[in-house]
Amino acid sequence: MAETTDLSKGLPSHPEKATLEGKNKFLGFWVFLAGETTMFATFFGTYLGLRNGTGSGPEAADIFSLPLVFIMTMILLTSSLTSVFAMFAMKKNQFKKMKIWMWVTVALGTAFLGFEIYEFVEYVHYGLGFTTSAFASSFYALVGLHGAHVLFGLCWISLLLIRYNKSGITLTNAPKFYVASLYWHFIDVVWIFIFTVVYLMGIGG
Amino acid sequence: MGENLSQPFEKSSMTPEEIRKINREQRIQTIAFGFMIAITLLAFIAVGADVVPGSFAIPFILGLAGIQLFLQLYYFMHLKDKDHGWPNTFIVSGIVLVIPTIVALMLLIGVTKY
Repeated sequence: MAETTDLSKGLPSHPEKATLEGKNKFLGFWVFLAGETTMFATFFGTYLGLRNGTGSGPEAADIFSLPLVFIMTMILLTSSLTSVFAMFAMKKNQFKKMKIWMWVTVALGTAFLGFEIYEFVEYVHYGLGFTTSAFASSFYALVGLHGAHVLFGLCWISLLLIRYNKSGITLTNAPKFYVASLYWHFIDVVWIFIFTVVYLMGIGG
Repeated sequence: MGENLSQPFEKSSMTPEEIRKINREQRIQTIAFGFMIAITLLAFIAVGADVVPGSFAIPFILGLAGIQLFLQLYYFMHLKDKDHGWPNTFIVSGIVLVIPTIVALMLLIGVTKY
């Protein structure tokens, strides 16, 4: 509880873990992330099992565009760094700085999502619908699930930023911002394996 | 106490020593980010420009992804810091489960095709 933390000197150096609630959120969120890891594994396994089942539809190497994936990867990697900066600002009680970095993260995430939608629309034009082939279904399910996570993360962080726009960093909202940033990093971790396993192996292997 | 929790603070309680430490940490993380960019570039170049021979390309890019996973988890997500014993336990058990899951699915629906 907060009784055990000395608040008279100002914001504790780890505001996200200064209260019991914060500690519980932190621990619970890691359990959730471990569960998410396993869930994504089933989608990756399904994709890897079915990726050669293209039937009469287009193949991975025919449609994937390396430059587009490269841009998307750079955008998401950078957004991971900006949320790291936001958390450093939070620990130093620099509320304005934290808000700016978080909004930059949201902007980069939105750009990423825009590229992904553009990409999917493009693939549908190439004749790769969700039900075209086993490859198509498992591809859209895996990458779409990741995209849905990005969308959820964007809504989550934006809501937090709007809700706490004027409140400053408190012991109530610090754990919330912290787990949201952990979630954002996790999205990036999943993307590392998507660009490697789906795109690079689709083109090179 | 309830009011205290939603009260902003005028200043940070950090000592100059702690501030020096956190600024150093921030520099380390920026360097880690530089590494990640370099690794990503390497992976894309290896596949895009065909510089790595075909059979070695897949283990090579998977290895790079592994390094990047480590950097993300242990630096950006602070798993290397103290007080992260349980998070480490959870995420490592998650990763341990991932490998048989993927192998089993690849074999069941990709190779054996029951």
